[in-house]
Amino acid sequence: MSNSREKIINRAVQEIEDGMIVNLGIGMPTMIANHIPAGTDVFLHSENGLLGIGPYPDESELDPDLINAGKETVTVKNGGSFFDNAESFAMIRGGHIDLAILGGMEVSENGDLANWMIPEKMVKGMGGAMDIVQGARKVVIIMNHVNKHGASKVRKSCDLPLTGEQVVSRLITDMAVFDFTENGMILKEVLNGADIASVRENTEASFTVDEALMQKEDSK
Amino acid sequence: MTKRSTSFETSVRSIKDGDTIIVGGFGLCGIPEKAITALAEHGAKDLTVVSNNCGVDDWGLGLLLANKQIKKMVASYVGENKIFEEQYLNGELEVELVPQGTLAERIRAGGAGIRGFYTPTGVGTPIAEGKEHKEFDGRTCILEEAITGDAALVKAWKGDPYGNLIYRKTARNFNPLAAAAGKKTIAEVEELVEVGQLDPDFIHTPGLYVQDILEGGAYEKRIEKRTVAQA
Repeated sequence: MSNSREKIINRAVQEIEDGMIVNLGIGMPTMIANHIPAGTDVFLHSENGLLGIGPYPDESELDPDLINAGKETVTVKNGGSFFDNAESFAMIRGGHIDLAILGGMEVSENGDLANWMIPEKMVKGMGGAMDIVQGARKVVIIMNHVNKHGASKVRKSCDLPLTGEQVVSRLITDMAVFDFTENGMILKEVLNGADIASVRENTEASFTVDEALMQKEDSK
Repeated sequence: MTKRSTSFETSVRSIKDGDTIIVGGFGLCGIPEKAITALAEHGAKDLTVVSNNCGVDDWGLGLLLANKQIKKMVASYVGENKIFEEQYLNGELEVELVPQGTLAERIRAGGAGIRGFYTPTGVGTPIAEGKEHKEFDGRTCILEEAITGDAALVKAWKGDPYGNLIYRKTARNFNPLAAAAGKKTIAEVEELVEVGQLDPDFIHTPGLYVQDILEGGAYEKRIEKRTVAQA
C-alpha cells in the first residue's frame, strides 16, 4: 500500500463508530474494512444485496454465490442478511445507511462530487455511486489532495461530470479534513505534517479554518 | 399447470429480433448462464439487453456481444469487457448508463405496474438531462420510467414446477426484479424439486411471475475476482 493511501485509510477508519451501518465504495474505501478495530461492531452494507460483509474467505469457504459490490468473494458475518437490489437501494435512498465512504476524483467547495467519468475516455458507468451519495445519511469522500501533476483535486467547482450536487459531508485527503456546512467549506484538521499554509497552497477551493484548529496552530 | 420446459432451446425460441430482454445477475454472480448460452445459439439479434453488467469477453452476456446480437445495452457498469468497449467506440453498440439503484427500481416498477417514479438520484448530473424535475419538500427529484421486457432470463437456486423460486446468497441480486418484469420469464434453477417441497414461507419469487422453468444441470459459476484471506 502506498504511503498516502495508508494515511488516508488510517484517518478514514476513525469515522466508523460502534453500531453503524456503513457502505464502503470499491477500491481504497473497501480496504478500510481491514482496519476497523476488533471491538467496533458494525454492519457493512454491500449494494449487490448483503448486509453484514465478513472477512475474505479462506479457500474452503470460497463461494461464487457470495460476493461484494466489487465482485470479490467475501463471507457473511453472523446476523447478516441477503436481499435483492431494489431492496438494497431502498435501504440506501430511504436513509437507512449511516455512513458511506467513497473515493473521489474532484470535490468542490460547495460539496459537489465527481467520481465516475472522465470525458473522452471509455465510460464504464456509475454503478451505485449516484444513489449512495443521495441516500446515505453521511457521505465521506477520501482521495489524494492533489493529482499526479500536483494540481489540486479540491476545486472551486468540478470540471468533471458530477456524481451528485452538494452531497459531500466530509472530505479526507492525505493533507486535511474538511467539513461541508451551511456556512461553507471548513478546514477541520491538518494531517501528516501539513499546516494551514500548506493546505491553502494546495487547495483551489475557498474555505474557512475551524476556530479550534486555528488556536491549536497559534499555540505552536 | 406445470411450467417445466423441455429444453433451453425451446424456451428461448420465442425471443425475436428487436426484443427487450431483462437479465438477472451482478457481474457473473447469479447469471442465467444456460439461457444466455442458448440465446447465443438461437441467434436473435438487435436485442435491447437490460442487466446491471454485460458479462466478460467469453462468458455471460459477453457471448451475445461477441455474436453481435445486442443493439442496445442498459446497465450501471460495463467496465469488465473489451469487446463491449470496441463495439461501443465504433458505434455498433448503443449504451444507456443508469445508476444502479435507479435501474433496480425501474425494473421493480415495471413488474409492479408503476409507470414511473421520482428520485433524487442523478440530479445535477448528466443522467438528469432531458428528464422532468420536481421538488418534494425542498428536495429536487427527477422522473424515471419503468422498464419491462419481452422476456426475462433469471437464475435461482431451487424451484418447483409451478415456477416458485428460491435464490442463494448474493446470487439473488437483480433476479427477482427481472422475473417480475418479463412478459415471458424463463427461470433456470440448480435444483428443480417436486411441488410441496419448497416451504411457502421461504419463497422469494412466487410462481406466477415465471412462464418457463428448467433445471440447468452443472453450473460453471465463474468467479470474477477470487479473493481469499491472507494466511
